[in-house]
Amino acid sequence: MKRVTAFCAALLLAACSTDYEPAGPIGGESGTELAARQVIHIGNGADPQTLDPHRAQGVPESNIGRDLFEGLIAEAPNGDLIPGVAESWEISEDGKTYTFRLRENARWSNGDPVTAGDFEFGMRRSVDPATLSVYSFILSPIENADAIIAGEMPPEALGVKAIDDRTLEIRLANPTPYFLGLLTHSASYAVHRASVEASGGEDYWRPGKLISNGAYMLDEFVVQSHVKLVKNPYYWNADAVTIDEVYWHETEDINAELKRFRAGELDMTMTIPKSQLSWIRENMPDRLVIAPYLGSYYYGLNLTKPPFKDNKALRRALALAIDRDIITKQITAAGEIPAYGWIPPQTANYRGAQMPEAEWTQEEREAEARRLYAQAGYSAENPLHVELLYNTHDDHRRIAVAVAAMWREVLGVQTSLVNQEWKVYLDTRNQFRTQVFRAGWIGDYNDAYTFAEIQHSKSELNNTGWANPEYDRLLALASAETDLDKRADYLQQAERVLLEDMPLIPIYFYVTARMVQPWVAGYEANIMDHFRTQDLKILKH
Amino acid sequence: MLRYSIRRLLGAIPTLFVLIAIAFFMMRVAPGGPFDQERSLPVEVEANLRAAYRLDEPLYLQFARYLGGVLHGDFGPSFHYRDYTVTELIAAGFPVSLKLGATAILLAVVVGVTAGSIAALRQNRVTDHAVMTVSMTGISIPNFVMAPILILVFAIYLRWLPAGWGGALRNMVLPVIALALPQIAYIARLTRGSMIEVLRSNFIRTAKAQGLSTRTIVLKHALKPALLPVVSYLGPATAAVITGSVVIEQIFGVPGIGRFFVQGALNRDYTLVMGVVVFYGALIIAFNFLVDLAYAWLDPKVKYS
Repeated sequence: MKRVTAFCAALLLAACSTDYEPAGPIGGESGTELAARQVIHIGNGADPQTLDPHRAQGVPESNIGRDLFEGLIAEAPNGDLIPGVAESWEISEDGKTYTFRLRENARWSNGDPVTAGDFEFGMRRSVDPATLSVYSFILSPIENADAIIAGEMPPEALGVKAIDDRTLEIRLANPTPYFLGLLTHSASYAVHRASVEASGGEDYWRPGKLISNGAYMLDEFVVQSHVKLVKNPYYWNADAVTIDEVYWHETEDINAELKRFRAGELDMTMTIPKSQLSWIRENMPDRLVIAPYLGSYYYGLNLTKPPFKDNKALRRALALAIDRDIITKQITAAGEIPAYGWIPPQTANYRGAQMPEAEWTQEEREAEARRLYAQAGYSAENPLHVELLYNTHDDHRRIAVAVAAMWREVLGVQTSLVNQEWKVYLDTRNQFRTQVFRAGWIGDYNDAYTFAEIQHSKSELNNTGWANPEYDRLLALASAETDLDKRADYLQQAERVLLEDMPLIPIYFYVTARMVQPWVAGYEANIMDHFRTQDLKILKH
Repeated sequence: MLRYSIRRLLGAIPTLFVLIAIAFFMMRVAPGGPFDQERSLPVEVEANLRAAYRLDEPLYLQFARYLGGVLHGDFGPSFHYRDYTVTELIAAGFPVSLKLGATAILLAVVVGVTAGSIAALRQNRVTDHAVMTVSMTGISIPNFVMAPILILVFAIYLRWLPAGWGGALRNMVLPVIALALPQIAYIARLTRGSMIEVLRSNFIRTAKAQGLSTRTIVLKHALKPALLPVVSYLGPATAAVITGSVVIEQIFGVPGIGRFFVQGALNRDYTLVMGVVVFYGALIIAFNFLVDLAYAWLDPKVKYS
């Protein structure tokens, strides 16, 4: 007993690492030998709010959705678009009509064939306001979708038509080069019409009732614990699916998630606690996967009232006074990219624009910031007093403190920091009751438009109140353009207009960071942070 | 006794009503709503959502409807878990919280009372100081520090027990210990204090004078009255522990109802928060009532009529 106590004390003091280590070489002698039990445990952040693909809205729901359902189009491990339920498709000359040919052997988890009619039903259901879908706007490029979502037309008016059981035609309002990518989104999934209609929708999305067409089917949902999926024997590509059981664990406490990973109870985590980053880098660097993510971290400015209304010089001064290298190297420190533009550089079909000062040294930027600050009418005697709002989170707080210090140091700005809990923050921000607010935008699909659209003067996502007719015009041109290069040019010009006017201050582009055990094979990080369990394997360990 | 019980139970009704009313209106006063999110909803969808959850009705009507539901045991649909009702969520989570909490309380009573009694009998000696130092430490170290340390030592370094939840007995060990430790400490201190007082009283002196053994004196005569303060502490403590601990459930991933209090409030899941608050309130009232009944059994001076 004494020895054990002494041992524990020594462990606590020395904090020596005895994390879960496999007994033998991973993957056996060959390095590719599979484990006898193909079960995976994955951290999934919060609980899914629903498993109804059309009402799903968060990342946890999407992760499970990709295992349960398969859209017309799917995503390869590297993020490339690959055929899903559709084995082939044709796009008309004008880019507005898509005709999909469905796989003959696509099946629901009860053995029924997946038909074009199921997709027609699914997409109509998705845009029907009665479904209470939050993400129905994903389908808005489809003819009449916006009018249906607004309750002005019936769901049957949607430009989606089952020509026969295996042929589906989708008509778009405008040529939309990223449309195939949207068809990987849960809002476009088919649902099993007969059983959904028969259930009346009440308790359909539960184990024992839900019928799905993906590689897995729902076996168990224990609220605040896990969702368990098992292999769907009817899946058309079931022979290529290695893992038999998937546990998506609720891991809202990210410190606890890391501990469960270290204890060998999780094969992959959803994320990592930033405070542990240097410890992880030192002790288990081979299990840490960091990759660029389609997201921008920024400070929005309220342009509906002073001091930022009609004061471009002041907005630019604040943007230039921020040393982004300090923020990304000293505070976030996971490899985030300092942002001098609004749209992440890896976005598909796009070449991002940058602020003209991006190539300058920080000293030059600060000198220019001081000049602009004076031009805006502020000085040491007459400093700007500004309120900076952020939602409760350690990273946001640390960044806000740093930015306030930079503004004070370089310009003499007096910043008061306001911290609000998420829902209160949303309320304050959406009612334009603040001056500067921290925000982040994660692309809904891999295209520049998902970023560009939120600053359109008519967008409900526009929280800065910025309205620039030239910007709106360029976005309209881009929407109507079929030539990818020309379209990218329009979007790039629009981004330049945005950066010139500076209604928001880009700070950095996100990365994703997660832990992956060495025996998980087939995982590739990609910019959307999407993966399907069917592409993974558990090696012998 | 029966009349007393009926009176107490009737008295619980206005208490619960006030609790429901305060919780209901306080939730609604908080800024932000259940459907607020990064991307604002299309107008039509938001209107349908509000109608589906009856948020479009005047507040007093919503309150009346809620009260009516509660009377029938219906706490309404959860705003966050869109496919489940609050009653279902509590019915699924409470057995888990109860199992953990009841085990922890049992452990706390057995260990706490024993340690406290021993300390009292060895007052101001090494054993006493040791027990009191350990329990002071137990009270001072918060759960959110103790639980990760337990995981670190027993799940990561020693690999004896799992760090997360799995429903098996071995999954319960660490959360139960983490839940019980502060309770053990508190109960030990309470027992010690009241035991010392009882041991000094006249009837114990008489027992000693009659030549009874220490064992008989403590177990037969001193323990019952010494437990009075412990019992009054146990009422609310049991209600709190069996309705789950936010911290312990979060750290060990336990699917109980403790986290609903905090997560529900953060998500503005009005019905879920109301459900657990009403449930917790009812349990507190019930346990306080049980404590009073236990008093009558433990203390011959207490009589209800």
